Amino acid sequence: MDIQIMKEYLPLYIDALWLTLKIGLLGIVLSLVVGVFTALFRFYKIPVLDKLSGAYIELFRNTPLLVQLFFLYFALPRIGIKMDAATCGVLGLTLLGGAYMAESIRSSLEAIDKIQTDSALALGMNRRQVMTKVVLPQAISISIPSIVANVIFLLKETSVFSAISLMDLMFTAKDLIGLYYKTVEALALLVIFYLIILLPVSFLGDYTERRLSYARSGN
Amino acid sequence: MQDPGISVLFKGSNFIRLLEGLSIALRISFLSVVISLLLGFFIGVLISGKNRFLKIVYGIYLNTVRIMPQMVLLFIVFFGSTRVLGINIDAEVSSIIVFAFWGSAEMADLVRGAIKSIPVHQFESAASLGMKKRTIYLKIILPQTLRRLVPSSINLVTRMIKTTSLVMMIGVVEVLKVGQQIIEANRTTSPNIAFWMYGTVFLLYFIACFPISRLSKSLEEKWKLA
Amino acid sequence: MEDSILKIDDLKKRYGKDTVLNGITLSVSEGEVLVILGPSGCGKSTLLRCLNGLETIEGGSVRFKDEIVNDENGVSSDITELRQKIGMVFQNYELFPHLTVFQNVMLAPTTVCGRDKKEVEKEALTLLEKVGLSEKKDFYPSKLSGGQKQRVAIVRALIMHPEVLLFDEVTAALDPEMVREVLEVMLSLAEQGKTMVIVTHEMAFARAVADKVILLDGGVIVEEADPETFFTHPKSERAKAFLEGFSYERVKGKKSIKKGA
Repeated sequence: MDIQIMKEYLPLYIDALWLTLKIGLLGIVLSLVVGVFTALFRFYKIPVLDKLSGAYIELFRNTPLLVQLFFLYFALPRIGIKMDAATCGVLGLTLLGGAYMAESIRSSLEAIDKIQTDSALALGMNRRQVMTKVVLPQAISISIPSIVANVIFLLKETSVFSAISLMDLMFTAKDLIGLYYKTVEALALLVIFYLIILLPVSFLGDYTERRLSYARSGN
Repeated sequence: MQDPGISVLFKGSNFIRLLEGLSIALRISFLSVVISLLLGFFIGVLISGKNRFLKIVYGIYLNTVRIMPQMVLLFIVFFGSTRVLGINIDAEVSSIIVFAFWGSAEMADLVRGAIKSIPVHQFESAASLGMKKRTIYLKIILPQTLRRLVPSSINLVTRMIKTTSLVMMIGVVEVLKVGQQIIEANRTTSPNIAFWMYGTVFLLYFIACFPISRLSKSLEEKWKLA
Repeated sequence: MEDSILKIDDLKKRYGKDTVLNGITLSVSEGEVLVILGPSGCGKSTLLRCLNGLETIEGGSVRFKDEIVNDENGVSSDITELRQKIGMVFQNYELFPHLTVFQNVMLAPTTVCGRDKKEVEKEALTLLEKVGLSEKKDFYPSKLSGGQKQRVAIVRALIMHPEVLLFDEVTAALDPEMVREVLEVMLSLAEQGKTMVIVTHEMAFARAVADKVILLDGGVIVEEADPETFFTHPKSERAKAFLEGFSYERVKGKKSIKKGA
């Protein structure tokens, strides 16, 4: 392995890392927002929105991100909707992630006993207060392990961004392999950089899972 | 839009080619699934034993495939093998190796979970009814284990099918790639084909995955309280 | 009754085709303690839940003072205000598991009434002190025993200054040794002259605390009397049978409590 070459390539990888992180984190935050709303539409069975949300969730959970990105980036411009690659990346990740987050949050909402709502109502809270102060905080904390799992999943999914010519880690690695045949070095850097992104989240996942199951066993 | 472009989809053998592309993706996932089920079951039983060394090795294995994007693993096997081992592994074979490697780890984890969940008191209460060991395994333990295992294994299949979309990135001519080729060939005559093409590929994947994930979910619901 | 706080008039409640409550007429006056007895599945808990609009009703009405809480047209549009005056304590405590004891008590007065935080804090501490739980104020509910949780739940209801308190089998989920600590809190509330409606299976407690006892069976009131008369000279055959078969009924009641709650 040629360490000198790896040092030379390092800045390229760092640039790519930032791009991946920027798009990844933005997509994840937005997917949480989409997920919460979609989950609420489903949970409260709000007419029309409930059905739409259901269709959206199934559609995006049952298709690969790569195909979704191709549709956003190459197909939509044909009917006049043009977005740059980074926007497509964020949007794609948001739509995919939103569908997964929605299911995590909805199942947590359903896990909370209806009588918790009753007891909050009995204290004179209105529907909105019951949701924001009592039900949602509990649902979020129950769903943290699966939200973290989704975050890991979404960060891994960012590896297809190169397909819509975003200069992410995969793109950089492929470039180096194709142009200079520095395969081993390129792949080693690729692995190292994905570890930098994913190891901390993975540890966070293990930690929250243990902490939460501890809290549950205390009951 | 004068030419909606949708006609290109059905021109000549285009749609057949598209389905052939899909069948390649499905073939890769089918082979990977079969290998994963067999290997994963074997590994899962193995690590449910007492050998600590095996458990540690498996722990590293599972965490590796969980942390590394499949895309990265694909690159390592496809590009790395040529370079390091000096052998040229075909893109489709590379894909199957990677997906089976990943799937076996996941499957083994499911098997381990199912074995761990075998309720000891169920064993005891069956024994106290005077059942023979063999009967207990066949009639009590196995059905309960399978009820846990089957829905999540089916779910693994849909994950696998979706992941096969990645293989185009290392040059396998599957449905997305075929779509691209058809678009290229008709770019000048019907530029809007891209919309219809990628929309169709989108739907094809949905049609392949949706029934399977539905099946997994309904089995899970059906067997939940049992 | 000029000073009645709760007035229930010919209340009817159905679940689909099942009639759960079939014409209940009752009133609770200021400072009165009403105990509702009855076999499991007789609709006691449902009746309680109709009183603060957690259940809709198909006929009759529930009034708090002169205001309609609940009638066949649905639950009052001012229900959140009304519920602040009608406190309720549940069988399984229903503390909010994501909040500490103190936060549980503080939540409603600060968010619902917008009361001054300092003043509520002081009151919360005093109330927790009274039930012997001020040291546990920063604990999460999961770290408390059932009896402690239920005492917190009572404090959580009390801090809203309700004019009437509803207790729904509040000791039914408790281990026997914890029942007393909760009942004692309730007895002291009765001594202070709080208006209460209590659904319970604890006969000795009922006799000690009640001003009026009703026996509910088959969705109707079969006996209504002061506690002495009720427990010593019940008029109806049903009440006699209920009291005679008491220990048996009680076991059955306990067993099916989870379902009925």
